[in-house]
Amino acid sequence: MFYREAGDFKTTYQQDNQTFPIRFDRYRYYAVLAVAFLAVPFLVNDYWANAILVPFLIYSIAAIGLNILTGYCGQVSLGTGGFMAVGAYACYKLMTAFPEVSMFIHVLLAGGITAGVGVLFGLPSLRIKGFYLAVATLAAQFFLVWLFNRVPWFYNYSASGQISSPEREVFGIIITGPNAPSWAVYLFCLIFVAFAGILARNLTRGTMGRTWMAIRDMDIAAEIIGVNPLTAKLSAFAVSSFFVGISGALFFSVYLGAVEVGEAFGIQKSFLVLFMVIIGGLGSIFGSFAGAAFLVVLPVVLKLVGVDLLGWATDIVAHFQLVIVGGLIITFLILEPHGLAQLWRVAKEKLRLWPFPY
Amino acid sequence: MKKRLTALALSALMAAGPAMADLVFPSLSYRTGPYAANGIPFADGYADYFTLLNERDGGIGGEPIKMIECETGYNTEKGVECYESTKGEGALVYQPLSTGITYQLIPKATADGIPVHSMGYGRTSAKNGEVFRNIFNYPANYWDGASVAVTHILNQEGGDLGGKKIALVYHNSAYGKEPIRTLEELSKKHGYELTLLPVDHPGQEQKSQWLQIRREKPDYVIMWGWGVMNQVAIQEAVNIRFPMDHFIGIWWSGSENDVKPAGDKADGYKALTFHNFGSSYPIYDDLQKYVYDAGKAAGAGDQTGTVLYNRGLYAAMLAAEAAKTAQEIHGTKAIDSKMMRDGMEALEMTEEKMSALGLPAFGPEFKVSCENHGGNGFGAVSQWDAAAGEFKMVTDYFQSDQDILTPLIEEDSTAYAKENGITPGCN
Repeated sequence: MFYREAGDFKTTYQQDNQTFPIRFDRYRYYAVLAVAFLAVPFLVNDYWANAILVPFLIYSIAAIGLNILTGYCGQVSLGTGGFMAVGAYACYKLMTAFPEVSMFIHVLLAGGITAGVGVLFGLPSLRIKGFYLAVATLAAQFFLVWLFNRVPWFYNYSASGQISSPEREVFGIIITGPNAPSWAVYLFCLIFVAFAGILARNLTRGTMGRTWMAIRDMDIAAEIIGVNPLTAKLSAFAVSSFFVGISGALFFSVYLGAVEVGEAFGIQKSFLVLFMVIIGGLGSIFGSFAGAAFLVVLPVVLKLVGVDLLGWATDIVAHFQLVIVGGLIITFLILEPHGLAQLWRVAKEKLRLWPFPY
Repeated sequence: MKKRLTALALSALMAAGPAMADLVFPSLSYRTGPYAANGIPFADGYADYFTLLNERDGGIGGEPIKMIECETGYNTEKGVECYESTKGEGALVYQPLSTGITYQLIPKATADGIPVHSMGYGRTSAKNGEVFRNIFNYPANYWDGASVAVTHILNQEGGDLGGKKIALVYHNSAYGKEPIRTLEELSKKHGYELTLLPVDHPGQEQKSQWLQIRREKPDYVIMWGWGVMNQVAIQEAVNIRFPMDHFIGIWWSGSENDVKPAGDKADGYKALTFHNFGSSYPIYDDLQKYVYDAGKAAGAGDQTGTVLYNRGLYAAMLAAEAAKTAQEIHGTKAIDSKMMRDGMEALEMTEEKMSALGLPAFGPEFKVSCENHGGNGFGAVSQWDAAAGEFKMVTDYFQSDQDILTPLIEEDSTAYAKENGITPGCN
């Protein structure tokens, strides 16, 4: 009933090859974009923007990045926190060194710098796979956190070791610092999410994505049929770190405003993004969004239900959050290893036929 | 932008005013995570004092108190989320009990017009109220603490520290790095050699730092720790048989939870403090009657009388007194966050006030003014008596070295003002 596919003919190759070939999907996508860009900025208040929407947007960019690396290319990475730190510190150094340049450029350049660092730490992937690569990226995580703590140049010799984002404007609207209106911060992040989503979707649909998936599925067979493992793996690290760097730059500059590297970009952050990708679904762009939404919104919902509605003690609710997230990860890995994205795919297939059974 | 913010804030306050007759004190506590051992007693003390005021007096000036507790886990993101969710309720003052979260909230709270009381923690240069209009850190700050520790060591060594070695074991975060500047200045003045030994969050791994101490044998070790780092450090010090009376912790490293795991061998460990200990105060009789016996004690009710519980009571007491001052100044019972800020800036803590509240001689006397948001910098040294199972004061309150500290505070706050475009001034 929802999907009326009768009469939806494709007459050009472009129409046939588009990302959303079914008309209902396409219109829904446009509707979501319209609501996100045009309706939400007017409706959002400080709490919704700062506590729920902006972290969701930022983490979904990081989840897209990690999904490209782990989901599409099969290279397990536990270095996401460290790469986000690279993005944040690169953005900080650029913001303080070039205060006149637009924030858009700074965030993109920070992503570029992180891509370079990602390629460097991705070099071990040419020799080791799976669990051992995870350990090598873990080394990247700890090394980068140590580096930003130890070398004072990165935090401009500040006595506290913290970096804080100075006030910057974009098109006359303040976008960083405490005086930035929450709708402006939300829109700024949304623009990057849309950019990241479209870029990732098209990369993964194209040749590059297919080389990544070939490496993931069976890298020796891929090498035999002519996929260059060096370019495929390093490009996966580069693109993934680009997204993770953008996410880290946004996390620091517009969301938190001041970070301490040990606390904000520790191993917990790497695990969090990995769980988002696992719960959302490896190898799926929608899965990155679903996983990010789940893990950002779930603690807040649990807190609202537990503390405000049921009146439980705050520490019990906090402990429950850990229990429930852990339980969900186990459940997902056993029952639906392909995550929320698979649930959505199955639901969509059923919806396309509904109310008919087949 | 400022006008729009004030207009928004005013309209929000006016909208919130008639509906909210309660005085809202959010408690950004942490009862989970590696810092929970120290976060729980403080949060219990904070909550119990407000419960006492509600039960015994019906609130402050007749206005009931609403204390909203929000779990931060000592984590900055959760701290920001708790701040955003509670600020709309008409929060009067924030006490995050975390230097990291405080650094986050300083610009946000200033923009939102809500005061932050960072009692005895960062940001140290917030003592300069001309730059930090909304941030208060009375009665003492970290630089006072560093100076008090060094003065005490000076007294122990008969007035001469030339050639001595002092090691600072610190939590590798903004909190732990705060005293470094002061200790370096003091080392120039007194001639001792300073060694810096950072310990990464959460502080479980300290073997290498303490092996280095065993090798280099500094004369004194000063510790800036929190949470599980304290317990591990004291245990490691016991393991390397470091003389406990030469091991001095800042006031956040001096609670019973920190020394008890090491047992009897931790006897003699010293820690600074800015308030007194124990439960032999008249207020405890009131607490027993109105809070504990009525079953309204916060948490498990097993932290009463401990050092950090007392500190929580003290923090809540200072907040309540500032609220009373605000009610007097503005002539209204239902104060908002801006009036609370004025109340905090006009607060004067005297011995008469403390005795009237049931806490005679509990802490030093101080007066807050626009120029001085940080009190007078009086601290004392306490020592752990393992046999008696309590900390005992071994010195009186004495002041920190104001000659060294005043220019440092001036320098740091001016740098902050320049970086953030704040014009210092008291208007």
